[in-house]
Order: sequence, then structure tokens, then C-alpha cells
Amino acid sequence: MAGAVPAELVAKLSALKTRMPSYTKDEIEDVVSQMLASMEGDLSEINLKLYAEVESLARYIVAAKSEIAALRPDEIMSTHLPSATDELDAIVGSTEEATNGILQAMEALETLAGEMPPEMAEKVTDAVTKVYEACNFQDITGQRITKVVKALKHIESKVDALVSAFGDEIAKYKAAHPQAEKAEPKSEDATLLNGPQLPENASKQDDIDALLASFD
Amino acid sequence: MAVDMQMNILIVDDYKTMLRIIRNLLKQLGFNNVDEATDGSMALQKLRDKEYGLVISDWNMEPMTGIQLLREVRADAKLKALPFIMITAESKTENVIAAKEAGVNNYIVKPFNAATLKTKLASVIGNF
Repeated sequence: MAGAVPAELVAKLSALKTRMPSYTKDEIEDVVSQMLASMEGDLSEINLKLYAEVESLARYIVAAKSEIAALRPDEIMSTHLPSATDELDAIVGSTEEATNGILQAMEALETLAGEMPPEMAEKVTDAVTKVYEACNFQDITGQRITKVVKALKHIESKVDALVSAFGDEIAKYKAAHPQAEKAEPKSEDATLLNGPQLPENASKQDDIDALLASFD
Repeated sequence: MAVDMQMNILIVDDYKTMLRIIRNLLKQLGFNNVDEATDGSMALQKLRDKEYGLVISDWNMEPMTGIQLLREVRADAKLKALPFIMITAESKTENVIAAKEAGVNNYIVKPFNAATLKTKLASVIGNF
């Protein structure tokens, strides 16, 4: 049969409750309460020591969850990682396109070499061969970037698992810290520094010309 | 014995630019009958449909890799003697050993140059 809970313990529990942030998981309190309820007789020194350990562990878990929630793993997964992989895919696509353009020009030059005097044709062919060799870079960089994309996708799956494990903890954090949602203010010039756009988002020269013409 | 410059050569790589580079270099060396495949399974189908004198294959491709293609070729009664050159960025010792054990005739590490390609070709099919 459970004995009466000592006043000191009740005071400690009350103090713990007031110290815990409002988003502390109820389950943690339940666990502590249930454990106390299961103790029979007077709380011995060992019981109190155990209680202190559990309390310390609960505080640690709450703090760790809060810190991880503050990192906003949901944003990392929904915005940053997909954006990084899209940019890398765009690099592969643009280098492939550029390499094909170079190769096409070299093939045209090689055809023209057939109409040149032999000595000149040999020099042109040698130069064209060097360009072919240099174009190896596209395959190598493409393979390296593919490795990085695979690593990012692996990280994405891990972050996804983390977000799932957190359940509504992140939403609670967002509700409790609305200010954290706002990005750091940038200067007007800094907001214009966006770098190259992905092909689907980039304006075509015709769009730019039309925009410029609209000012006339 | 003279090298048959009219032989069919199959080049296999998942990067189209690399296929184009190898094709152009082979053309410079005098080989004009060059077919392409973008992975091992497509290559295997082509090898079974037409007679080839040489395969030059990348390693890292999907769904069938170059080493799998090599093993399939060596296990096929009709294709097992086909000269096979691996041309790949996989340069670890274990890769080279695995390819050798699977029966590769020669191995070129990317990035490569035209002179290396010519030397390796000559070592496999004879001087030309």
C-alpha cells in the first residue's frame, strides 16, 4: 500500500512543475508520478536519490528536445536539403549542356581540318584531341556530385525520421517561439544577392527585354 | 595479324558526353563502326544481337554495372572471348583486382588521354 507522500517531496514536485516550461511533455510527469505512487512505505534516502536522478534525467530530456526543436529540423528537411540537391542537379545539367556545346564545336572544327593543308590539319586535330581529353571533367564532376547528392538524401531520410520522432514537439516550439520564424533582416542589397537561379525559375533574356521595354 | 579497322566496337557509359568523347577519339584512331549503350543490360542485348570485336565499358552504371556486364560476357559461351576494356573513375586496387578476376583485358582510369586509349587498345587488339 502506498504511504503518504512526505511534504518535502510534494514541495519538490511543485517546484519542479513550476520550473518546467509549458511545453514539457505530460508523459514525463506521468512517469514520475506513477513511479512515486508505486513506492511503498516511507521514502528512504535511496528513493529520494533515485527520484533526484529521474528528475535530472527529465530535465535533460526536456532541454535536449527544446534545443533540437530550436534547430528546426523540419525546415532543414523541407527547404534546405531539397534546395541543395536541386542546385547540385542543376550543376550536372549545365555542365553537361556546356560540354556538349564544346564537343559539337570541336567536331565541326575536326571536319574542317579535313579541308586544310596536312600540316595545319594535324595541328588542329591535336588541339581538338586535347579538348576532348579535357572534357573528361564532366563525367568526373558529375560522378562526384552524384555522390554528394546521395549523401544529402541519406541525411534527409535521417532528419525525416527525427522530425517524425518529435511528433508535435516542433509545432509546439514554433507556437511558443514565433519570432524564431522570422529570418534575420537583410540589407536591401543583400536581398538581391540570390545567385544563379534553377532553370525552371530563371528569367529568359526575352523576359528581361520585355521587362526593360516596359519602362520605356 | 592485322587489326580489322572495320570491326564493330561497343562503348558503354551512362554519361552521354563520355560516349561522345570516346567515339570521337576512336574515330581519330580510325575506328568508325562504333555503337553505344548506356548501361550493362542494354550493352548485353546489343552484344547478343550483333557481332562486336571489342567492348569499352564504364563501371558505375545502373541498373547493370560494368563489372556485371563483364561477368555476363565471360559466362556467355558465344561472347566469352570478346576483348573487354574497362574505362572508369573507380581506381581502387580492389576494383582493378575484381575486374582482372572477372576477366577484363585492360583497365583505363578516368580522366584519361588519347595516348592512353591508343596504347590500351593496341595491347588488347594488337598494333594498328
